[in-house]
Amino acid sequence: MNHTAKDRPGDAVAFVDERLGAARGMRWLMDYVFPDHWSFLLGEIALYSFVVLVLTGTFLALFFDPDTTQTVYHGSYHALQGQSVSNAYASTLHISFDVSGGLLARQVHHWAALVFVAAITLHLLRIVFTGAFRKPRDINYFIGVTLLALAILEGFAGYSLPDDLLSGMGLAIAWAVAMSLPLIGGPFATALWGGRFPGSTAFESRLFIAHVFLLPAIIGGLIAVHLAIIMRQRHSQFPGPGRREDNVVGTPMWPGYALRSLGLFAAVAALLVLMGGLIQINPVWLWGPYHPYIGTNGAQPDWYLGWLIGALRLMPNLEIHAFGHTFVPNPFFGGVLFPGIVFGLLYALPWLDRRFISRDYRRHDLLERPRDNPRRSALAAALLSAVAVVFAAGSADRLFFQFGFGYEGAVWFFRGAFLVVPVITYLVTKRVCAGLAREQAHPLRGWSGHVVIRNRSGGFDADAEAIELDTAER
Amino acid sequence: MRRRLMMMVALGCGALALTDFAAHWDASATPSPTSTAAPSGLVAQGHALFDSSCASCHGLSAQGISGRAPSLHGVGALAADFYLQTGRMPLPNPKAQPLRTSPAFSPSKIKALVAYVGSFGGPDIPTVQPSRGSLAEGQRLFGLDCAGCHTIQGQGGIVTGAIVPALNQATPRQVGEAVRIGPYVMPRFGEGELTGTEVNSLARYIQSIQHPDNLGGWGIGRIGPIPEGMVAWLLAAAALLLIARLLGERTSEQPERPPRPGGGA
Ligand code: HEC
Ligand code: HEC
Repeated sequence: MNHTAKDRPGDAVAFVDERLGAARGMRWLMDYVFPDHWSFLLGEIALYSFVVLVLTGTFLALFFDPDTTQTVYHGSYHALQGQSVSNAYASTLHISFDVSGGLLARQVHHWAALVFVAAITLHLLRIVFTGAFRKPRDINYFIGVTLLALAILEGFAGYSLPDDLLSGMGLAIAWAVAMSLPLIGGPFATALWGGRFPGSTAFESRLFIAHVFLLPAIIGGLIAVHLAIIMRQRHSQFPGPGRREDNVVGTPMWPGYALRSLGLFAAVAALLVLMGGLIQINPVWLWGPYHPYIGTNGAQPDWYLGWLIGALRLMPNLEIHAFGHTFVPNPFFGGVLFPGIVFGLLYALPWLDRRFISRDYRRHDLLERPRDNPRRSALAAALLSAVAVVFAAGSADRLFFQFGFGYEGAVWFFRGAFLVVPVITYLVTKRVCAGLAREQAHPLRGWSGHVVIRNRSGGFDADAEAIELDTAER
Repeated sequence: MRRRLMMMVALGCGALALTDFAAHWDASATPSPTSTAAPSGLVAQGHALFDSSCASCHGLSAQGISGRAPSLHGVGALAADFYLQTGRMPLPNPKAQPLRTSPAFSPSKIKALVAYVGSFGGPDIPTVQPSRGSLAEGQRLFGLDCAGCHTIQGQGGIVTGAIVPALNQATPRQVGEAVRIGPYVMPRFGEGELTGTEVNSLARYIQSIQHPDNLGGWGIGRIGPIPEGMVAWLLAAAALLLIARLLGERTSEQPERPPRPGGGA
């Protein structure tokens, strides 16, 4: 390899190559091409939120005490002086008020968690609506769905650690859901908690290890595999002029994409720190400590669990009894079955799509726009709307309180909406997709089709570029 | 599960309130000795006001009309003051939940009405002194007795069959009155359940949540995850989508788009 003194990236490559013999790999990496479309950045937003989470989380873990033994609070927050609180809660207050930068770190961490799951969700929607989960990317899609599930679990674990009123009430629900597993519920829950809830002192440290070590390690590892598989398979891309199944048109890693991606990291980090500094989130000192005998009206989990609360609330009071005891308690349906079905459908999507929706077993490296596959888009939108209804039901009491409606009516309203809204969404999405496909108009940018000219014999001619575009698209 | 728990709590409280209500309804049915006391000028003025504004529901001598409104004999100046200062009375219709609005009468008329209702006997307007209470004790008691309905930050909510008001406007005196009355489905707390000092502490805590210190920044509603989720999506996710849009398509390789042909191709 021939490089001059001015060739700085080349220098770096040479430096490493002379020691590790990695020039080919690095050259490959620097030449790796990223397709140009904004929606490819959604996953990166999730990645960078995760980086922020790890950084702030490491700081928080230095000061947090995962212990629910009760103590008398004598910290600097005056409104709780002399109250009986757990060490975990007291240390959270200590982080918030006595550790410099502690409150900022806590708030950035929590905002980052909310944004992390939101970005994964948006990323997933992009993947689903553009058919990016199709062969050969189905394997990586499974990893992605697993990452979403783990992120939700990780978020809940974090939410539960401080042992404030809301986290304790959340754990009470988790305990009820764990107990509701048919047959194994009781032993499973007591094994997981190391005793019963409330009361088990073993659980907090288990939760802590899961939250700061096990889950992040698994998530980090899966992210690495996720990225490696993307690089190995190359990015998919949207159809367009010159874009074929066997190429990628876009920006190479160096110089170009790496800087852009770094810019995105800076933007994500800046936004999260700004929010952490300016907007209060989970002010645990206002919620007070958890004690099993107190509760607050309308307590809520973080948004990414709102759909499970919604499901628990919407589920009619059904239980299955057999041999004189409750075989399937009610929380099972909303807390286990419903998320089980939603994630089951997500995991099954590549297969369902191959077999029933698109009936297409081929390999695809070009994406479809949502309109190109109206049936898939409509089905996905219907599933999304069903989850959205249940999600809205989770916070219905709050919303209805603002407007002064009663609670029971709201529950029945949402039960109806759960059945009706997906059907309407399906029909509407299908029509919109068909309409867009006919007009070739981008919903935001307007028309982007091409001109065809009717010739004398009654057929249609298009100019050369338009013909190329045509073949590239399908 | 939590909903069931909450409903059980609410139902339990509701039942408690009902039995309480029935109990003091019975008690107030027996004529109270003070009702024979000679009416002063204030009481007479109150009587006149009562006949025109309240008697249609509560009866001409405040003895109650069954199916419309309870007797006011024995509820005392305490209840009259609470219901009038918070604009709950006169109720628009006898089936409605009494909700807080601006008072329907001027302070002097309220005074007269309170004197009139008080003339049938019953507890006096309590003196509540938040400064004598303890904030931490108030926080603890509020979590124990009140947060299940009012939320721990007093932001209100919904329980079975009732809207629970936010406590943003309640004055210490109204706090002291509300706990002794147990309006609507709210349970009544006697001296046995909450001593005067404890009420002082509760009032102090409620005052503190009316003036949040907003440590940590903009306090978005102080009801927890719902506004937080809204900020995460509508502010953060929206901003990041915008940034992604701006960053994501620097090198546009879109084909030259011909102008849209009029009338369609
Ligand atoms: C439309 C009918 C109606 C009118 C008019 C009305 N009230 Fe009432 N009042 C009620 C009902 C019903 C209740 C019971 C409320 C409840 O269940 O919480 C009540 C309760 C009360 C109570 C509390 C009783 C208790 O047991 O603590 C007081 C005090 C009271 N009213 C005073 C008044 C006064 C003074 C007026 C006139 C300014 C008035 N009301 C006008 C219907 C009415
Ligand atoms: C069962 C639920 C419940 C509980 C428990 C409860 N409340 Fe209430 N509270 C209510 C309801 C409902 C109202 C509205 C009553 C009405 O509509 O007349 C109310 C009204 C009030 C008001 C009047 C608010 C205003 O602005 O007019 C105060 C003050 C109050 N409550 C304080 C307390 C305190 C202090 C406690 C605890 C010691 C408590 N409440 C416990 C349900 C409850």
